[in-house]
Amino acid sequence: MPKDSGIGASTKRREDVRFLTGAGNYTDDINIRGQAHVYFLRSDVAHGTLDNVDTSAAEGMPGVVKIFTGADFEAVGGMPCGWQVTDKHGEPMQEPKHPVLAHGKVRHVGEPIAAVVADTLAQARDAAEAIVVDISDLPAVIDMKAAVSDGATKVHDDLTSNLCYDWGFVEENKAATDEAFDKAAHVTTLELVNNRLVANPMEPRVAVGDYARGTGDHTLYTTSQNPHVIRLLMGAFVLGIPEHKLRVVAPDVGGGFGTKIFHYQEEAFCTFAAKACNRPVKWTSSRTEAFMSDAHGRDHVTRIELALDAENNFTALRTETYANMGAYLSTFAPSVPTWLHGTLMAGNYKTPLIYVNVKAVFTNTVPVDAYRGAGRPEATFQLERVIDKAARELKVDPIALRRQNFVTEFPYATPVAVEYDTGDYVATMDKLEEIADLSGFDARRKASEARGMLRGLGVNCYIEACGIAPSNLVGQLGARAGLYESATVRVNATGGLVVMTGSHSHGQGHETAFPQVIADMIGIDESMIEVVHGDTANTPMGMGTYGSRSLAVGGSAMVRATEKIIAKAKKIAGHILEASDEDIELKDGTFSVAGTDKSLAWGDVTLAAYVPHNYPLEDLEPGLEETAFYDPSNFTYPAGAYACEVEVDPETGKVTIEAFTAVDDFGNVVNPMIVTGQVHGGLAQGIGQALLENCAYDENGQLLSASYMDYAMPRADDLPFYQVDHSCQTPCTHNPLGVKGCGEAGAIGSPPSVVNAVVDALQSAGKDVTHIDMPLSPARVWAAMQ
Amino acid sequence: MYNFDVERPGTVADAAAAMGREDAQALGGGQTLIPTLKQRLASPSVLVSLTGIAEMAGVCTTDDGQVAIGGATTHGAVARDAASLYPGLAGLASHIGDPAVRNRGTIGGSLANNDPSACYPAAALGSGATIITNTRSIAADDYFQGMFTTALEEGEIITEVRFPVPEVSDYQKFVQPASRFALVGVFVAKYAGGVRVAVTGASNDGVFRWSEAEAALSSDFSADAVKGLSLSGDNMISDLHGTGAYRAHLVGVMTGRAVTNAA
Ligand SMILES: Cc1cc2nc3c(=O)[nH]c(=O)nc-3n(C[C@H](O)[C@H](O)[C@H](O)COP(=O)(O)OP(=O)(O)OC[C@H]3O[C@@H](n4cnc5c(N)ncnc54)[C@H](O)[C@@H]3O)c2cc1C
Repeated sequence: MPKDSGIGASTKRREDVRFLTGAGNYTDDINIRGQAHVYFLRSDVAHGTLDNVDTSAAEGMPGVVKIFTGADFEAVGGMPCGWQVTDKHGEPMQEPKHPVLAHGKVRHVGEPIAAVVADTLAQARDAAEAIVVDISDLPAVIDMKAAVSDGATKVHDDLTSNLCYDWGFVEENKAATDEAFDKAAHVTTLELVNNRLVANPMEPRVAVGDYARGTGDHTLYTTSQNPHVIRLLMGAFVLGIPEHKLRVVAPDVGGGFGTKIFHYQEEAFCTFAAKACNRPVKWTSSRTEAFMSDAHGRDHVTRIELALDAENNFTALRTETYANMGAYLSTFAPSVPTWLHGTLMAGNYKTPLIYVNVKAVFTNTVPVDAYRGAGRPEATFQLERVIDKAARELKVDPIALRRQNFVTEFPYATPVAVEYDTGDYVATMDKLEEIADLSGFDARRKASEARGMLRGLGVNCYIEACGIAPSNLVGQLGARAGLYESATVRVNATGGLVVMTGSHSHGQGHETAFPQVIADMIGIDESMIEVVHGDTANTPMGMGTYGSRSLAVGGSAMVRATEKIIAKAKKIAGHILEASDEDIELKDGTFSVAGTDKSLAWGDVTLAAYVPHNYPLEDLEPGLEETAFYDPSNFTYPAGAYACEVEVDPETGKVTIEAFTAVDDFGNVVNPMIVTGQVHGGLAQGIGQALLENCAYDENGQLLSASYMDYAMPRADDLPFYQVDHSCQTPCTHNPLGVKGCGEAGAIGSPPSVVNAVVDALQSAGKDVTHIDMPLSPARVWAAMQ
Repeated sequence: MYNFDVERPGTVADAAAAMGREDAQALGGGQTLIPTLKQRLASPSVLVSLTGIAEMAGVCTTDDGQVAIGGATTHGAVARDAASLYPGLAGLASHIGDPAVRNRGTIGGSLANNDPSACYPAAALGSGATIITNTRSIAADDYFQGMFTTALEEGEIITEVRFPVPEVSDYQKFVQPASRFALVGVFVAKYAGGVRVAVTGASNDGVFRWSEAEAALSSDFSADAVKGLSLSGDNMISDLHGTGAYRAHLVGVMTGRAVTNAA
């Protein structure tokens, strides 16, 4: 029986009512009396020296309040990077300065050069057109391998080269790994590209800075996934504003997908300019600006090798990856190709030796950072593609080859530093074979062929690591932040609750799912619980939402705080019922004394907490409000098995997805409907990457796909009706909810099965095609067939 | 956008007069022009809106049996109102953009713009249509003069387009994955006097007639008749979405499919 409330119920998303009826409160909806607008004049040159920025003609134009250039920010700190990677020689990565407005040089198309604050946006734009910018062009550094070759033009003159770091993981495994390759019965090698993507949240970025002259308080309203992180980074590192004088609010946010984690120049600018102009300053990104200023995702070039013994057991894995950082280090960029990628290279398999080498490279492109899945899709893609290729080379069934090498005993310590707590990869694969009806594939292939179409089947597994933690470990790995989460649970006198979470919902559904958990713990109706998030003024310091961490980490903090509430409430109840609190039971919102018929309603106890007339004041403070900070002891490891069936039109190369099945093990599931929705969205983005999306630069550093005319987003009719299953559940052992995280799985798990399926289709027609780089556009597939 | 005035004439004569103002520009459905203005890539001082001119809207049949479409008729109206009169044309109109685009965008705007990837130019050229303006009639064969270039004079307004109705016809559009304009689109129309084949999306010179295919199909209207034919990719558009060689190949495939569908 499906439940109709609490954990396990598909409670409808309460926030959707306001989102779907135009009653949301997004950052662009915030308009403060007297606000001015800023227009950023951005570089249309990828690389050049900024010889002169002459604003004199623009200064006196109608409506202009003030014009800023890089010189105005010389005294201000640069944009900080939140993760330091140590290279294979033990040296810290090269970390360039990242100015708020370009200074000395421009380093990518879209980099802001000047900012015009004016009464209206049109006036700001008019004035920006009157600014004269002199740039002496330098050769654009675009290709990563060329960027790190001898004599390459440097993106940053004060660095020794364009190499940010050369990372080896695990360096101590290298010699043994190489040796295993020498002894291998078979080695499969694959070179591939993980295509650069633009996140494209439906809501573009917006920032509104406000300054209260009377108190000296700053407020920034911004489209962020983690307002506390922005407050800390911007306050401490960029503008030097202490946290108690700075409030950051991220109200309703219309999608993030990672790109709204990072601290951006426009946020710092609006905060700074509000004080400098003594007026609120607002910026709303246009879609065009979003393409050239939102951090991009992926962009890896990899060579992967898999060694097998004579019985087809995986004996070693070796990779070399070039990871594009873009022109500057975005907030968490260095961590993506390293700790979020190298640590996942074992996948679902017991490969004993793994060595991962990553060269992070500066180029004259938009900075690259985490995008849904971040590092884990890149790891999964390489691994699951090379396994498929190995199966073909060895003429064995790709599923059987995977099964043979599955990790089956847990906990399992991988050779890449992480320990999987639970999982059952056999169960998810069994489930996949069943519900995707893989045994019926041959018949479906014949039916397709009868219509002149090639049909292919692609399967892959994935594992990911969510809820990145614990803080002391990530600190050793270079994180310049903790990765706990926080919650304050405030019970009101009449029994309703407010959860103030450090997590942030930008579409995930926290306002619905979090109350389901508390409703079950106390036994009250979900509607009595409200979730507050996104405002540093009324939530405890939290790290925000990314890496599928909200429920696993933020939800766990909420559970801990609620446990404290219940413990205290039991003491109050015990006092009133004249019993020991150990004998008090809480069930269905009623406190009772074990073995008696004495009971008290939840509301009676909460009222007593605030009207403490009959109350143990000597032992217990009045009130019912608790905060917990939760720092997990390990990541969580969702895993699954996916299958994709495609048809390829042999005449045009067009690929259509005929069926897609996703079987995921997310541990316990709080709201199955929301989880299904998260998987659907992730699949859309993964299939989008595999078939459609391609952020491309030309050799001069001009963005070729700078609008939806050339950047292909997946649309409803590009996607099939998915089959999604999350009935295989091995609960996480180290968080109180037993949950694992579901937000990124679809995007991580789907690209390899799509490519595997297309290769399978082409092979079925006798084409000697072993790989096609994503996106598998009709043109690329057709070219591969020729 | 920069500032501009808007005129909303009710007749072609008033529109023509308004177009005489300095830096005036015609506004059809605005599906191309408004984004251009928003990007500040154009700065007309006055927009002359044509969509309120009753004599420029609608679909009808002329005395000599041609289908006449007012220059300000939306794609949606053509898809609906030409469905029984000229199914091939209506089918083409029904696949332009999305419903919002079809309910605003007009045939006159599309033909005046002559985007190399637009659909209507293929229908007009493939039907041997006549483009009628406020001053003259222009045969489609003379009208299209390369990417974004037409025979229209400064200020000239397309008031109507007349299409001879073929025995059978079909338009095959292979969409560019991002814009969903035609990566290659082929319009095939079979008339008593012969077959016309017009190709959009492919050539650096914009829409063109594929004369070899026309000749082959005029003697044998079957997909097989064009199987052996090939085009060179040399002067074809080559971009992110496909090389010239790929487009040249697609022209052959789409022509064959259009013939099969039409026959
Ligand atoms: C999302 C989207 C998808 C689209 N997909 C397709 C597609 O698949 N296939 C396709 O063919 N097109 C497509 N289009 C373009 C669409 O068909 C436009 O409607 C068309 O290109 C322009 O028509 P309009 O009436 O909107 O003209 P406008 O944008 O108003 O004007 C375009 C140009 O024509 C001039 N003009 C307008 N009307 C006249 C007239 N009667 N006489 C003389 N000059 C005139 C204007 O001055 C301007 O220079 C798409 C557009 C969008 C926004």
